[in-house]
Amino acid sequence: MSSTEDPAAKDRPAKLVVTGATKTYQTNSGPLHAVADFSMSIADGEFACIVGPSGCGKTTLLWSIAGLHSLTSGRVTLDGEEITEPHSQIGMVFQEANLLPWRNLDKNIELPFEIKRQKPDRERINKLIDRVGLAGFGNKFPRELSGGMQQRAAIVRALSFNPSVLLMDEPFGALDAFTRDEMNLLVEEIWLETRKTILFVTHNITEAVFLSDRVFVMSARPGRLAKIFDIPFPRPRTLDLLATKEVFDLVNEIKAEIQIGATPANHTSTENVQPASSPSRTPPSEPGQSGDRTNG
Amino acid sequence: MVDKHLGDKIPEFGAKKPAGGNSSGLAPSGLTSGPGARSFWEIFAIIMVAVVIIGSAEAYIRFFEVPQYVMPPPSSIAYALVADFDLIAPHLGFTLIELFVGYAFGASIGLMLAAVITQFPFAEKIIAPYVLMLVTTPMLALVPLLILRFGFGLEPRIIAVALASGPMVMINSATGFRRTDLAKIALARSFGATTFQIFTKIRFPMAMPMIVVGLMIGAIFGLLTAVGAEMVGGGFGLGNRLTTYSATLQMPRFFAVILILSTLGILIYVTFYLIGKKWASWES
Repeated sequence: MSSTEDPAAKDRPAKLVVTGATKTYQTNSGPLHAVADFSMSIADGEFACIVGPSGCGKTTLLWSIAGLHSLTSGRVTLDGEEITEPHSQIGMVFQEANLLPWRNLDKNIELPFEIKRQKPDRERINKLIDRVGLAGFGNKFPRELSGGMQQRAAIVRALSFNPSVLLMDEPFGALDAFTRDEMNLLVEEIWLETRKTILFVTHNITEAVFLSDRVFVMSARPGRLAKIFDIPFPRPRTLDLLATKEVFDLVNEIKAEIQIGATPANHTSTENVQPASSPSRTPPSEPGQSGDRTNG
Repeated sequence: MVDKHLGDKIPEFGAKKPAGGNSSGLAPSGLTSGPGARSFWEIFAIIMVAVVIIGSAEAYIRFFEVPQYVMPPPSSIAYALVADFDLIAPHLGFTLIELFVGYAFGASIGLMLAAVITQFPFAEKIIAPYVLMLVTTPMLALVPLLILRFGFGLEPRIIAVALASGPMVMINSATGFRRTDLAKIALARSFGATTFQIFTKIRFPMAMPMIVVGLMIGAIFGLLTAVGAEMVGGGFGLGNRLTTYSATLQMPRFFAVILILSTLGILIYVTFYLIGKKWASWES
């Protein structure tokens, strides 16, 4: 299976380059190596995922790329410019939406403009709000919305100031499986429309395979780049894809790769290996349904 | 420009607009339920209970001829409150001035100290014992000393109110400011926020519920201290009236002052309850 729409990533100019990223924390019990000599190059407009076991330094790495953490050594460049502090071309979507509970949705989404002392681009914001299906919820407070809706708002907030790179830090980890599928479809659609460069961190291999052009597998701590998988499935992808043998095999291959890099005793869990069995593409307009599927 | 064609390529499914979104969804509750929320019978019952309690007190005191210096009947308290309000009003004025001025200084200094100190954990460790001392020492004990130094005017009372309310505001606000949510701070930083913006947009609103609690406790402590300081010495203020009226057995006036004081306390509570509802309701 090969993608026709997507030229091989290597042919496009590099957008985001990480070179020898190493992050060591000094703790009371000695140095803690969170990330060790991690290098990656992401092409302009590429959708890349980093997967790895919990605590392998994925989030640390992503926060460093966002300029929120400094690296012990190594460097991150965006369009050749070194990132040492948060950059206006980088939008970030955090775990569990991270909305401010004392602001309503509109005020939450306008936060980046307030901080940058700019007039909110309401036209763009309204288009995005319509796009993710949140129209009419502007004066609701986060606690009045389901987890999926909160995360939609967080995506609008990250895209509101039109960054060229979107970093997503396990954004759907706290959502139920149905909502997660909807959100994955939405993210793919938005990516196909905007062609932002997206770097997506997750511990859910199925999610990574569904979304990415390339999956970067990280080993257990200290996080090193274990292997890069090209994901060849054509776009737009549908949830049916997740039930195919190709995806199943690929997910297992990635899973095996993660376990090779890890201490075997610590990884007996079988999460992520079952392919999602959702039979059809559901429109992401009805968030908040709870499912009892537990495929991760 | 990416967003130019973002708008054009938007497919239809977003067009199905979810209903609602006009009401804030906050249900009024408790003390401040709206006028429509309370039924006639509720109001009737509340008034009836008050009438029964006050009425039976009146009947009991009159029937058993309880001496006035033990407990005057409610009717004579009410009469004193209305007829002698002119006598009491200037004293109420002095007490309110002491409370407002002392509280304004105490609360604002307490709030600022809390905001600054929580940014520097080391400074907090150094200052904490002194603040705890201020909180636990009854300020009334210092009033005779303050009177020696500042005389019998308003100053010693204002200082006592400030010293009583400030630390209360400070320890509660500090608890609020210490609640740091790294993800929310990182969020603000990812948009390029300065330290000051992180304070105004994240830390301060996050601390708001605790700040309101601190301001309320500080105000109530301020009122107690103002009245207590007036009882210690000097010739004016509601506290002074309490000592004067009880010493001269003018019990209806004494209880009229008590009524005014409890009304002030309730006003303080309701004010901060409403402030909390407006500015810190997101947490409940």
